[in-house]
Amino acid sequence: MTDFSRRRVLRGMLNGAAVSVALPMLNCFLNDNGSALADGRPIPQRFGTWSWGLGMSEAIFVPKKTGPNFDLPPEIAPLKPVQQHINLLTNFHVFKDAAPNLCHHTGWVILRSGIAPLTAQNRPGETIDVTIAKKIGNETRFKNLCANATGDVRDSFSYENGNSVNTPEWSPIRFYQRLFGEDFQNPNAAEFKPDPRVMARKSVLSGVMEESKALTKTLGAEDRARLDQYFTGLRDLERRFDLQLRKPDPLAACVVPGKPEDLPAGLDADLVSKRHRIMTELMLMAVACDQTRVFNMFYAAAFSGTTKPGYDKPHHTATHEEAVDEHQHCQPNVSWYTRRAMEEWAYFVQALASVKEGDGTLLDNVFVFALTDQSFAKTHAIEGIPMFTAGRAGGRVKTGLHIDGGGSPGTRAGYTAMKLMGVDAPSWGHQSNNTSKEIGEILV
Amino acid sequence: MVAVRGLTEIGVSNVPMLGRRWRFAGAAAGAVLLAGALAACSGGAGRGPQESDSPARARLMSASQYSQTIANIFGEDISAAVPAPLPPMPRTDGLLAAGAASIGLTSDQLGQLHQAATAIASKVVDEAHREFLVPCKPQSPKAADAECATQFISSTGRLLYRRPLPEARVTELVRIAGQTADDLKDFYAGLGTALEGMLISPEMLFVVDVPEPDPDNKGRYRLDAYSLASRLSFFLWNSAPDDELLRAAESGEIQTRKGRERIVDAMLKSSRLEHGVRAFFEDLFEFEKFNSLAKDAMAYPAVTGSTLADAREQTLRTIVDHLITRHEDYRDLYTSRKTFMSMNLAAIYEVPAVDGWVPYEFPEGSPRAGLLTQVSFLASHAHPARSSPTLRGKALRELVLCQKVPPPPPNVDFSLLEDPDASLKTARERLAVHASNPSCAGCHLITDPMGLALENFDGAGRFRDNENGAALDTSGDLDGTEFKDVDGLNVALRDHPMLPSCIVNRMYSFGVGGPVSMSRDRQILAYLKEQFIKDGYRVPELLREIALSAAFSQVRPPKPPKPDTTLASSTATAVQPADTNTR
Repeated sequence: MTDFSRRRVLRGMLNGAAVSVALPMLNCFLNDNGSALADGRPIPQRFGTWSWGLGMSEAIFVPKKTGPNFDLPPEIAPLKPVQQHINLLTNFHVFKDAAPNLCHHTGWVILRSGIAPLTAQNRPGETIDVTIAKKIGNETRFKNLCANATGDVRDSFSYENGNSVNTPEWSPIRFYQRLFGEDFQNPNAAEFKPDPRVMARKSVLSGVMEESKALTKTLGAEDRARLDQYFTGLRDLERRFDLQLRKPDPLAACVVPGKPEDLPAGLDADLVSKRHRIMTELMLMAVACDQTRVFNMFYAAAFSGTTKPGYDKPHHTATHEEAVDEHQHCQPNVSWYTRRAMEEWAYFVQALASVKEGDGTLLDNVFVFALTDQSFAKTHAIEGIPMFTAGRAGGRVKTGLHIDGGGSPGTRAGYTAMKLMGVDAPSWGHQSNNTSKEIGEILV
Repeated sequence: MVAVRGLTEIGVSNVPMLGRRWRFAGAAAGAVLLAGALAACSGGAGRGPQESDSPARARLMSASQYSQTIANIFGEDISAAVPAPLPPMPRTDGLLAAGAASIGLTSDQLGQLHQAATAIASKVVDEAHREFLVPCKPQSPKAADAECATQFISSTGRLLYRRPLPEARVTELVRIAGQTADDLKDFYAGLGTALEGMLISPEMLFVVDVPEPDPDNKGRYRLDAYSLASRLSFFLWNSAPDDELLRAAESGEIQTRKGRERIVDAMLKSSRLEHGVRAFFEDLFEFEKFNSLAKDAMAYPAVTGSTLADAREQTLRTIVDHLITRHEDYRDLYTSRKTFMSMNLAAIYEVPAVDGWVPYEFPEGSPRAGLLTQVSFLASHAHPARSSPTLRGKALRELVLCQKVPPPPPNVDFSLLEDPDASLKTARERLAVHASNPSCAGCHLITDPMGLALENFDGAGRFRDNENGAALDTSGDLDGTEFKDVDGLNVALRDHPMLPSCIVNRMYSFGVGGPVSMSRDRQILAYLKEQFIKDGYRVPELLREIALSAAFSQVRPPKPPKPDTTLASSTATAVQPADTNTR
């Protein structure tokens, strides 16, 4: 449909009062690839990440058995209810090559960007969620969403480039308002009322784009790149405006939740858990309502400051200061923190499995990659950094497996995700982290 | 001539319609000639070393600058109702403000900014606000009114863009506002839509330094008048320029030495100065930590979120009162017993409770004197359930003295630090192991001796005279000055030679919006430090000296980029630094 005819139709609509649009007119607002209104339309594929801090206690984390029905050592015992929905990836490495081993930074940066960072401030490349969002995020209101359970606006593992972190949602109330506030178009609403100001907003936006181009001319190379990034944001806004003019397809899985309670600041493990669960509910409903197809949930930071009631050392401090108990084969308090993280990972997977979608659940139509920053945090080790996947990506992924990576690059997990989501990349990662080999064992 | 009428009302009556914003160039050029004549007598419009300058930058507005700007233009209530969705800045050379010139704006963030823009715009034009925020009444509230829309868009746009809008842009926005007004039968809805566009414009969100040849200093560049107004305003007020400051830019007065002095002196007297001073010290002292700070409820049950919020406020009140209201020596902030007390804090300080905020002075003999002994410093540089001499010492070094403490090496052997035996009662005993371990000692000797002097205060900042029943030894030394207790540390810090240099460097960096270069900025920093000492370490004088310096207004234009290969600028041409008329 041309801009002219779309505009003419809309102007007609806008001149009316509250508009209830009949279905035939909606055909005007279908996107060009003609995603249909009919039932039986394909369920979209989604990609998610989940992250926890400070790795594992290998002796009580890594199962003895590989393949299906692997044993669950004490530190991952909380995963029992979701074992059939996940894959555990162990003995994969990240390689710093000539770069320094930057404490609590090198590991996660390589797993998410494929590149070893050179400094603690350095975030090279872009993270895989951003890469995948460029491929599958164009049909939804949000290309990509990030939320955390720490309540700290600085905690995010998603970035477009070194200077541009995707700011996470950190407050339940704010996240709720952003998702389900005024701009939310409920796909199951009886009436479709496009905001009559959308066309005007598009016109205003054209002027802003012109301003942006004019301003760019006066800048040096680096600032020009920043303005270009801003300009890309304007294009994305334009895309969102177009979406607002289309009636969303009904989605049975979409049930708008009630307004959540807001929570105080703090990193007490119980509070973090509560925040994680509220943010998870909101995030997954954003996915079920097709507000986003790429999502990042951040349970704890790399330098995790989670605290245990009555214990004076936060998680990170404990990893360095607590002695290894030879009988328990771990640092007991550190392991307590890791078990809390695994409980939350299990919660997250269960939450995905509890949202009915089509003949199955949301979990059947996602691929989630879970990662951390170290293998053994006490010594800042990055060899054998543990990872998980969850979900079946529309039946293309097998689950319930423990895979031994045999020392191969951990970037294979991210590469597998990219291939599953249709990113056309012959290989991914720099230097020793470069890979063109998916983790075939988990693919159907 | 609708546009002319609108502009007349905001005080620019004698400007011919020359097209775009450069209709003001004539008036400004006249003033420039005058400025040039003045400069010939006085050696330039700026004070201090004439060779110093800073790179022309494009800074993203910070969240607090955005909120303050919205508050100043549209009112506190609207600003408070809409959180500013700008990203947290990367701390660069000690300041978040110095990261504003490198941070990018992601698509997601711009989406959030648009959401904020729609919320702000709908409030500005609602029935409760339009009476005083829209400077005219339309002929009919149900239809377009180009004249009134022009007035609103020109006057509001000028404040948001911090310079007059190009005429073509005004015309376009008036057209869209009119079309929307007719479509929706609502004049104010049309205005709101135009306002949304201005609020997400790069001219609003990015504070761009526009260079122009400096007539006082051949071969060099200076900020154009509007950029200088913005730089002054964000520096001293943490907000965009007001109408008067923009008038001074329009007339060119701001580019003359006398004019700039008059303007800066007026700005220093304004109540908005407090916003600027607060913003600087919040940044300097890493007060963003308070946004997520919490204490272990079992260890410190009396310390709630409101206690910590009050602790932050207490320090800011102390700073403003000491430096601005009472115009005292900056160094005495580290020894002064004068502060403010609230009900929440009284419990932590163990002083009589009071309603609201009241001035309070700790008595002689109290261990509380100076900023280091305030709860804000003690609690934000500690663990959730215990104190940390290392974190406190590191903060003192890095935030107050601008020294760099190296990070711990990744391969450090932590086995010696494992849970020590229960016979070690105090942090001093537990930290002794660091001093005996060569890989730890280097850094811990830099931080711990001064951090241990604060061990009379627990992780929440409450006073204690023992730890686990053991007496506390709070003696130590700070770069050769030995002390016996926290009073001694405070005095050693007050008299530390790096104390004045640190604030001078950070404040200059804050003002010019980027990190300082110890090679390029050596001259201006030395000059400012000398003036600061000469002025008795008074911060208002330092702010004035920075704002009036040649270095503050002289810039190095950006290097032209290579032939354009970027996504957005298919029509853009290579940069022409001298041609400011294109902006």
